[in-house]
Amino acid sequence: MHKTIDQINERIRDGTARVVTAEEMPVIVAELGEEGALKEVDVVTTGTFGAMCSSGAFINFGHAEPPIRMERIWLNNVEAYGGLAAVDTYIGATQQSDTREEEYGGAHVIEDLVSGKSVELRASSRGTDCYPRRTITTDLLLENLNQAIMCNPRNAYQRYNAATNSTDRVLHTYMGVLLPNYTNVSYSGAGVLNPLSNDPKLRLIGSGVPIFLCGAQGMVIGEGTQHSPAGGYGTLMVTGDLKEMSQDYLRAATMTGYGVTLNVGLGIPLPVLDIDVVRATAVRDEDIAVDLLDYGVPSRSRPAVRKVTYAELRSGTVVINGEEVRTSSLSSFRKAREVAEELKHRVERGCMQLTLPTRPIDAKKQAKPMYESIKSPRVLDIMDRQFVSIGQDVEIITAAKKLLKGETNHLPVIDSEGVLVGIVTTFDISKAVANPGKAHLVKDIMKKKVVTTTPDEAVDIAVQKLERNNISALPVVDGGHHVIAMLTAMNLGKLFGGRWLK
Amino acid sequence: MKLLVTFSRKKGRKPIIAQAVRDTGVLINVERAVIDSSEGEALIDVPDEQCKLVSDTMIRLGATVHMLEHGISVNESECVDCGACISICPREVFSLDRNFRLKLEEGKCVLCGKCIEACPHQALTLPL
Repeated sequence: MHKTIDQINERIRDGTARVVTAEEMPVIVAELGEEGALKEVDVVTTGTFGAMCSSGAFINFGHAEPPIRMERIWLNNVEAYGGLAAVDTYIGATQQSDTREEEYGGAHVIEDLVSGKSVELRASSRGTDCYPRRTITTDLLLENLNQAIMCNPRNAYQRYNAATNSTDRVLHTYMGVLLPNYTNVSYSGAGVLNPLSNDPKLRLIGSGVPIFLCGAQGMVIGEGTQHSPAGGYGTLMVTGDLKEMSQDYLRAATMTGYGVTLNVGLGIPLPVLDIDVVRATAVRDEDIAVDLLDYGVPSRSRPAVRKVTYAELRSGTVVINGEEVRTSSLSSFRKAREVAEELKHRVERGCMQLTLPTRPIDAKKQAKPMYESIKSPRVLDIMDRQFVSIGQDVEIITAAKKLLKGETNHLPVIDSEGVLVGIVTTFDISKAVANPGKAHLVKDIMKKKVVTTTPDEAVDIAVQKLERNNISALPVVDGGHHVIAMLTAMNLGKLFGGRWLK
Repeated sequence: MKLLVTFSRKKGRKPIIAQAVRDTGVLINVERAVIDSSEGEALIDVPDEQCKLVSDTMIRLGATVHMLEHGISVNESECVDCGACISICPREVFSLDRNFRLKLEEGKCVLCGKCIEACPHQALTLPL
């Protein structure tokens, strides 16, 4: 059996279309079978509500008298883009206020406009013959704007990696607060209700397809930036009119220690044309797996602790290394349901007709990492291969002599195999000399917990270790924990010799 | 009932909590305490019927006592029921109900405030 988009639209117009949410669909398919579900259901509505940082809006203010060609633009002290003609701008959701930092940002400006609050526009210009005015300040409501069009480069991620933290300190990330030593897990995404997870082959979702965007009837523009459906991480670029939006489905948020973002409510109605659509929309939370990544590793390729499904994440706990760890969602499943339900009512009432893509989206694309023409410096580029080390059973006075002779402040302590066992500094030795006591040997005064780096590590990461631990040197170790070099604050001076800075 | 006890340590180091336990015979449960060289703050839990007795005794010993009828509170117009607070809370105060709405068990709250910075919507506030 097969249905056409025209047949489905006719039923929507008649008010006879059977519309269900993507959460209801798997139950219907289990009850009626695939053929039965195809006969029964005409439209499946999806929905998601979560932090979508890559969001913003184009605004046209109209011309002032005398007119100004705005070059620098602020809305409630949040800078907006000034490179778009005279009185157009783009306000990005994550741009932070000049005065209130992460407490207020572009996302809040957008929410304030949608909720009917007035927003202060401030702009400056150097003045031209045709646009003589140099400054302007005015309070504006959404209704005062000619256009306020939300246009989000990357929304509706098909799924998103879950996050945890192996380190011994609290991390503040875009995945929320991550407690030390795998104490919690955070995740994001609507799973069973997610639009792209219900159409992973992108047969129904593409350019021109109508969507629900923060309460407005919006539209898919095409693939989103960083669209990577080959690995299950498709994204969409979407647009909708701010003037039709509601605060119920659009909320500014602040991730403490990270910054501002916008919670976007987005849903797509999917026409049930054939068995393939039935199968795709029968997807359940159990079927959608993501990697649980260790955000304690500050790298683009963070190690995966394990795979987890949305069903496990939503159950409240997942098991890591035999321990039950509690989970937190950062997106709201209740709101995602509200989006899918509202969309269902709109289609049932005949307020929304469906269309097929006017231009398909590539379902096999893989996003690439950034091409870096100049490699960022690594520890091996600046580390000191000439260094002095010492054994742990040596007398403190010998260590003092070695420090003087080596003109250094740090002595890595190694065993007979060259494996790092501790570190002594001029401070440790001065302390031992100033307070003579039981300590005679290096092992009595050395620090056993040593912060280290590796030759391959980026200098930026090593510098973060120095700053965070308030220290000035790191032993450089190989895979067997043998000391092969030292990285001291002095080596960092090499970076300013012009070799790495252009 | 939870009591928030604050005291200054400027006039010597009186063992206020220990003294109150001895004088009243009530076993006080200290849930959280921050004490430095000049002042201290302790959140204690005492049985409801002995609350006034303990409170009066501590005030007599020079402490300031606030009775806390509420734990952390949620501003429902700001909360979007995401659940960011759930795994942060050391006392498992938060959970989602069957309809994925945020549910609170206020009695478990020790007012540590850890959830406040974890909330992306500034929807959580302490009662004092």
